[in-house]
Amino acid sequence: MSAILPPSERLWWKQPISGQEWAWIGIAFVWAMIMFVMMVYWHINGKQNLSNEVYRTTTEMFQAKTDAFVKENTIRTETDLNIPVVKPNAKNEAYLLAHLWAWYPILELEAGKTYKIHLSSVDYNHGFSLQPVNINIQVIPGYEHVVKMTPTKAGTYAIVCNEYCGIGHHTMLGRIYVK
Amino acid sequence: MATTYRTCPRTGLQFDLAAEKLIRWNAVAGVLWLLVGGCTALLVILTRWPAIKLLPADQFYLILTAHGIDMLILWIIFFEIAVLYFASSTLLRCRIATPKVAWAGFWLMVVGGIMTNVAIFQGGSSVMFTSYVPMQAAPHFYLGIILFAVGALIGTGVFFGTLVVAKREKTYTGSLPLVTFGAMTAAIIAVFTILSGAAILIPTFLWSVGLIKEIDPQLYRMVWWALGHSSQQINVAAHVSIWYLVAAVAFGAKPLSEKVSRFAFLLYILFLQLASAHHLLSDPGMSAEWKVLNTSYFMYFAVLASMIHGFTVPGAIEAAQRKKGFNNGLFEWLRKAPWGNPMFSGMFISLVGFGFIGGISGVVLGTEQINMLMHNTFYVPGHFHATVVVGTTLAFMSITYLLVPTVFKREMIFPKLCQIQPYLYGLSMIVLSLVMMGAGTLGVSRRHWDMAFSGAPFQYEWPGAAYLMMGLTGIFGVIAVIGGGLWILLVVGSLLFGKKLDGGATHDKPVPIPDQTVAASASATGSQEHTNVAGTVVLAMTLLVCFVLYYFVNWKYLSEVWGLS
Repeated sequence: MSAILPPSERLWWKQPISGQEWAWIGIAFVWAMIMFVMMVYWHINGKQNLSNEVYRTTTEMFQAKTDAFVKENTIRTETDLNIPVVKPNAKNEAYLLAHLWAWYPILELEAGKTYKIHLSSVDYNHGFSLQPVNINIQVIPGYEHVVKMTPTKAGTYAIVCNEYCGIGHHTMLGRIYVK
Repeated sequence: MATTYRTCPRTGLQFDLAAEKLIRWNAVAGVLWLLVGGCTALLVILTRWPAIKLLPADQFYLILTAHGIDMLILWIIFFEIAVLYFASSTLLRCRIATPKVAWAGFWLMVVGGIMTNVAIFQGGSSVMFTSYVPMQAAPHFYLGIILFAVGALIGTGVFFGTLVVAKREKTYTGSLPLVTFGAMTAAIIAVFTILSGAAILIPTFLWSVGLIKEIDPQLYRMVWWALGHSSQQINVAAHVSIWYLVAAVAFGAKPLSEKVSRFAFLLYILFLQLASAHHLLSDPGMSAEWKVLNTSYFMYFAVLASMIHGFTVPGAIEAAQRKKGFNNGLFEWLRKAPWGNPMFSGMFISLVGFGFIGGISGVVLGTEQINMLMHNTFYVPGHFHATVVVGTTLAFMSITYLLVPTVFKREMIFPKLCQIQPYLYGLSMIVLSLVMMGAGTLGVSRRHWDMAFSGAPFQYEWPGAAYLMMGLTGIFGVIAVIGGGLWILLVVGSLLFGKKLDGGATHDKPVPIPDQTVAASASATGSQEHTNVAGTVVLAMTLLVCFVLYYFVNWKYLSEVWGLS
C-alpha cells in the first residue's frame, strides 16, 4: 500500500527485497566501511592527525607557563603593542595562549622541524585557524592541548580566531613566522 | 468530550477538528518564526557580503544569534509538532489524545520562544545558537529554551498518546503507515534530544543565576551537541517522512519494500544520537579512538540509512510512474513527473539537494582528520544550509502546498508564483550552500564580522577567490531570502484571501481505514508493481561517484597541509 496507509501485509518484515535494493544497500554498506577504515588507516600511515596529548590546566597555570616561555625565549618585539616574537627552546616546545582578543605570543618556527605547541585559552572558547594553510583546532579553557606541528614552507602565517568570542572577535589575529 | 470529525472532499483525509486546529496553530506559529528568521537572515547576509557590510559588530552577533534560534529551533520544531499531529491523528483517522494538554504544550513553546527572543534582542545574550560556556547569556535566554523544550516534549507525548488511541480504538489494522512510522522515529529522537537539552541547559540556567559555580566547557560542548545535532536528526526523520508522504500523495507511490524503508528509519534511532561526536572532532578533550568510532554516527550506519532512503524514495516514485506507463528509457518517469506542482518540485529539489550537497559535505566534514580543514569555517554553515534548509525547510514548504487546501480549506493564491517558488528558493539555496562551502574551503571563518580584520594588530589578506565566494554568498543569499519571503507571502496571503474551499461533511464517529489486504490492492509494494527501477539506480550511482571523488579529493588536500601528530 502507499506510504500513508498501513502495509497490506501485516508482517511487513517478511516481505522480499528486490535485487536492485539489495545491491544498493550492499554498495552503500561497503562504502560506509571504506570511509570508516580510511580514518584508521590515516592514523597509521597519514601525516596529519590531531594530537591526543591533553592535560587539564587552569587559566592561572597556563598563563604562568606561557609567561615563563616568553620570558626565556623572546628574540624581539613587534608592532606598537610590543608583542614578543618567540623562538621555541631547544626542546622545540612552544606555548600559544588565546585570550580576549589576541593570540600570544608571535611564534617563529623553522620549516621541516617538528614542534610541540601547547594550546589553551584563559577565558572563552577560541578557534585556532592557521591561514592560508587552513588547519582548524578548537581551543578550550581548562584544557592544555599539545599539538605537534611540522611547518612545510617558509612564510608569514596568520592565526585567525574562528570560534566566536565576543565583540572583538574579528580583531583576534595572531601570527606565526616560518623561516 | 465529544469529538467531531471531518472528511476532506478533495483528498479523503479525515480530520479530528481538535487536532486540525492544533495543526493549524502550530504551523502558523512556525511560519511566523520563519518570518522573523528570514528577516534576520537578510541582515546576516547583507553584513557578511563584504561590499555591503550592513550592521555594526554588536548588532551582527545579536542578529546572528536570533537567526540560529528562530530558524533551527522555533520555526522547525513548531512545524514538526504540526507534522506529528498530522501523521498520527489524520493519517490514522483517530481523535487526538488529550488536546488540552497539547494546547498547554503549544503555549509553553510560544512563551519560551518569545522569552528567549526578548533576551536576545535586549542585547545581553549574543552568545550564538550554541551558547558555549563560559560565555554567559541572561538567565531568561536559557529559561526560554527550557520552557520551549518542555512544550515540545509535551507535543511528542501527545503524539505517542495518539498512536495508543488509534491502536486501542482500532481505527486501523496491522502496522503503522510508513509515514507515521517515520514520524514516530522523529518523535523518539526528539525525546532523546530534549532530555539531553535538559541535562545541559538546566545546569547552565542555574549557573547563569549564580547557583552553580562552574560548568566544564568541554563537557558543555559534548552534552550540548547531543541536543544541537540530534535536533537536526529529528528534522531528517521528519523530512524523509514528508518525502514518502509527497510521493504517496502525488503518485500513489508505495515504498519499494516496507522492510527496507522501516529498517532505515530504525538505523536513525540507533545511531543518529552519536552525531554529537562529529562536532568535537577538532576538540582537545576526546581521544582519537573515541572520535573515530563515533564519527558520523558509529561507523556511518546512519549515513547508510540516509543513502537507503535516497534510493527508496525516488525508487518508489519511479515504480509508480512506470506502472502508469511512463516506461520509456531511463528517465521518462522523471521527465513526465508533475514539475509544475510545487508540492512535488519542492520535495524533489529537497531530496536531491539534501543528498548531493548536504549529505556528501556532511560526511566529508564529519571525517575525523578532514574535519581539521573545515572546523568552524564557513564550510559548516554551507553544509547545514544544504541539509536543514534545502532538506528540511524546503520539504516543509512543499508539504504546505498540500496542507493549505486540506487543513486550512483555502485555495492557494497566485498559482503561477506557487509553481516558481520551490525553484527560486531551492536552487538559490543550493548555490548559496555551494559558495559558502567554497569560502570555507579557502579558510573563511563562520560567525565572523569582518574579513578585513579591522582593528587587529596585523593584517591578513584572504585570497581574492574568498572575496568572490563571499560576494556570491551575498547575491544568492538575497535571492534565497526573496524565495523564502515569497513562500511566506503566498501562504499567509492564501490563508487570508484564498478562495474558501468546502470542508466536507462532519460526523461524530471516525471512519476507520478499511482493512488492507493484498487481494484488495493490485500489489503490496513498489517492487511488486514494477521490479526494475533503472533510472533510480543511475541516480544513486551518480551520487556515489560524486561522493567518492569528493571524499578522496579532501584527503588529498589534507595530505598537503603542515604535518600534525
